[in-house]
Amino acid sequence: MNGAFGSAARRNEVLSLDGVSLWLSGREILHEVTFSLHAGELTGLIGSNGAGKTSIFKVILGLEAPSAGRVLFAGQARPRRNRSIGYVPQSIGLDPDMPLRARDLVALGLDGDRFGIPLPSRSRRQLVDEMLEAVDARGFADARVGSLSGGELQRALIAHALIAKPRLLLLDEPLANLDIRSEQEVVALLATIAKQQRIAVLISAHEMNPLLPVMDRVVYVASGRAATGSTDEVVREDVLSALYGHHVDVLHVHGRILVVAGSDEVHHAEPESARTVVPRGLG
Amino acid sequence: MLKAIFEPGLFASEPVRVAVVVGGAVALVSAVVGVFTVIRGQSFAGHSLGDLGTTGGSGAFLVGANPLWGFVSFAILGAGAMELFGGRRPRARDMATGIVLGAGLGIAALFLYLGTTERNTTGATITILFGSMFVIRASMIPVFALLSVLALAIVALCYRPLLLSAVSQDVASARGVPVRTVGVLYLLAMAVAVSLSCVTIGAILSTAVLIGPAAAALRLTKRPGLAIFWAAVIGLAVTWIGIVLAYDSYYWPPAGRGWPVSFFVVALVLAVYLLADFASRHRARRAGARALASSEGPTAVAGRPRGPESTVLGAG
Repeated sequence: MNGAFGSAARRNEVLSLDGVSLWLSGREILHEVTFSLHAGELTGLIGSNGAGKTSIFKVILGLEAPSAGRVLFAGQARPRRNRSIGYVPQSIGLDPDMPLRARDLVALGLDGDRFGIPLPSRSRRQLVDEMLEAVDARGFADARVGSLSGGELQRALIAHALIAKPRLLLLDEPLANLDIRSEQEVVALLATIAKQQRIAVLISAHEMNPLLPVMDRVVYVASGRAATGSTDEVVREDVLSALYGHHVDVLHVHGRILVVAGSDEVHHAEPESARTVVPRGLG
Repeated sequence: MLKAIFEPGLFASEPVRVAVVVGGAVALVSAVVGVFTVIRGQSFAGHSLGDLGTTGGSGAFLVGANPLWGFVSFAILGAGAMELFGGRRPRARDMATGIVLGAGLGIAALFLYLGTTERNTTGATITILFGSMFVIRASMIPVFALLSVLALAIVALCYRPLLLSAVSQDVASARGVPVRTVGVLYLLAMAVAVSLSCVTIGAILSTAVLIGPAAAALRLTKRPGLAIFWAAVIGLAVTWIGIVLAYDSYYWPPAGRGWPVSFFVVALVLAVYLLADFASRHRARRAGARALASSEGPTAVAGRPRGPESTVLGAG
């Protein structure tokens, strides 16, 4: 019986980064990043451009090996080929001529990594239909992927990732380039997916306000360092000031949060990165 | 009527029979491989492989070997060089391609000059650059067949990974697709396809049969399997009709000298592409009109800023 009573949080843990550092061409991109993701939870990976969000994704996806620290998948070392991670990239430009319908893209999520020619099968088609239904994509299932709007393509890519039944869904800036309505639709869809399918969802964003209503946990990244916890625990002047290494103002304005991160970030990992994080419409 | 289309002796002619078999195989391979050349955005690389093959083809001519081996070996070497210097960034890839290409064409110019001055014949230059299906020997058919099967097998094997990495290399590699290996294999298939069409259609015109049928097929369908099917049908049709017309042209007034097959094939490719383009524009206009007429028309149109209409305009 010993060891059978792990805490609930630990049992639900899908992925953890344990003191992960990443050095690329002589520069430290990530510094001892530690956080974990849990089944059924939606986590926001928040930070300005160049703070290290993409690098964290690459480490999780196994596209970069950490220089120090460990990435554990359900407590185990990550297998080389991992179907348990679904990945939705940042807005991809697709050629309008690409001979692929939204439903073909979703089907590629099922077996796009396999060699050989697929045989048509009813169960395969049914699975694709179900997934299109789940992301409310029936209306454009037969449209060319290159003709989809930003929000439609986003949903098709989410279905593409979900059909492989991942335990973790990573989305790189899914809200960039979306209009307010599609933004709200995608956020609501992702929250539903996390809860209903018990998937850990990690969303990177440079702007946290659209995610505030649905975010269970935040990983705030600045200068390659990360702080994690609930929004109230992390998005505070003392925590973020420690993270940035200088004083940071956190303002609450009509239910939105405004982080003003000074102008003397001499220790910044990426000097060209944005210096203030300002919600859209208030900047 | 039939007699007017098929001039006397067409099917009895050995060169014509060889051309129908070899030309058909080559057209099929080029069209199928070409679909992925277009969607992967590697048209420039495809054209360059043909130019590089010319270096080998003209070299083979100079030393008196079969040009096919020159084309194949140099196209594959060129593909290897592109892969080695290119990396994954498109700009670096294009630059590497351009540099390798320039050097190759310079050497081809030298070989052709030496070859033609030494043997005092310009026919080889024409054959290398513009090809001729009617001078292929029947004994070469097994070689053409083997190379065709090799290229088609690579495409069939990598079908899904190729599609997925054409959508997004990041998504593909996150899913565990060996993106680089798949890319190298595809480059190999393209090198083989291009060198086959160099020998039959000509080095300069090989791009037309690689890109043309595929581009037309992408206008006609939005499904990957059907795109390959239509590209193959178009490729075969233009090649076979081209052969018949070229044979017939020996009987055409005034002189009855016969025009090159390659001219007919390339002209037909262009005609088919323009027809397919026209058909897809027409369909897009009708679809647009239907969307406007239906009740939810305006929102449907507004929600899809890159609709079929812009699809057609964007590809010009």
